Amino acid sequence: MAPPILDVSDLACRRGGRRVFDRLSFTLGAGELLALTGRNGSGKTTLLRALALLVRPDAGTVRWQGADVMAEPETWRGRLAWLGHLEGLKGDLSVRENLLVAERLRGAAPPADRLDGALAAFDLSGLAVRPVRTLSAGQSRRVALARVALSQAPLWLLDEPLNALDAPAQAAFRAVLQKHLAAGGLAIAATHADLGIAARSLELQA
Amino acid sequence: MSGFIALLARDLHLVWRRPGDVAVVLAFFVVATVLFPLGIGPETNLLARIAAGVLWCAALFASLLSLDRLFVADYEDGTLDLLLLAPWPLELAALAKCAAHWIVTGLPLAILAPFLGIAFGLDRSSLLALAATLLVGTPTLSLIGGLAAALTLGARRSGALLALLALPLCVPTLIFGAGAVETMAIGKNFTTHLAILGALALVALATTPWAMAAALRQAGE
Repeated sequence: MAPPILDVSDLACRRGGRRVFDRLSFTLGAGELLALTGRNGSGKTTLLRALALLVRPDAGTVRWQGADVMAEPETWRGRLAWLGHLEGLKGDLSVRENLLVAERLRGAAPPADRLDGALAAFDLSGLAVRPVRTLSAGQSRRVALARVALSQAPLWLLDEPLNALDAPAQAAFRAVLQKHLAAGGLAIAATHADLGIAARSLELQA
Repeated sequence: MSGFIALLARDLHLVWRRPGDVAVVLAFFVVATVLFPLGIGPETNLLARIAAGVLWCAALFASLLSLDRLFVADYEDGTLDLLLLAPWPLELAALAKCAAHWIVTGLPLAILAPFLGIAFGLDRSSLLALAATLLVGTPTLSLIGGLAAALTLGARRSGALLALLALPLCVPTLIFGAGAVETMAIGKNFTTHLAILGALALVALATTPWAMAAALRQAGE
């Protein structure tokens, strides 16, 4: 078996003096998906934020290909694609502009064909020039997912990716995620629903 | 650096889409300053004497007025997380946001102020001094205000708290800005004042981005 790419060991996090999780360890290899499950408030979002270093873990290490990610946080952030419970989109910009800006903020302007590909994958081609504030919740979620797909980051951190998605959009998301995994990518998704893809699972106790 | 330019361009683009936000700030500046000649009456000497102080205070309030939205908008729609996760320093992101704020408020205020100075009966050299000091002084206001906006992010009544934090820190800039115009009015050279204003701007530039970044990381937790 190939050595794991992501190695999380003994991660602990406290928020407001309360223990959220403690001594949490798991590994993830190329092409693997980890489904985070657990009750509301069990710390799924906190774990994702801790892995992204948005929340500083109180103990433990996160290693990527053997190197501690806290040593070089900027390199680590470049490896992540983030989908939070907020979409991270600007309502006054169009769908296409939002995707372009998000990629430029990651340091590179995407070629037009890749951008069109990400739009088409989530059936957004017809909405590309619409301002995001005029979209429905499900449509905005699709734009946020297209942003993740466009990033080419090896590790996707997804918080409730299926929220507000209808059945065709869920199928589109599965197809994109499977393509990412088949290309050797990694993904960690906090979810209540069944992702419909073979995944390792980690249940957090409240 | 490309990330810095991307963020600056994005913020300017957003203002372009919604010019009303900036128009309100500039309108506030005009209305607030014009009230003084109307209230005090045609006392030309008195008006000319207080003009610099009034215009500088109004510029300070106007730039604070727009600052409370500086980071809140990004915080509310989740784009702040994307800035926190961008693979380049957050300090640069904070600086880009302040630069965008200065371009859409500080710069227009400095251009607008000499025209308002005419209503106060300022002479030509004082108008020049006014524009020059605002041009050099308003970046400090954007940076200090940006720091206060970052520190109050997520707090209740953040607008009032922001003003309370930022106003005392802006006092040196205010004193030297208004002082320069008065110096000019009595026929002396104002370059010393201008140099001090420039020094204050450089100190703000060298310190506030780090403090802003730390405050934003804290708000992101």
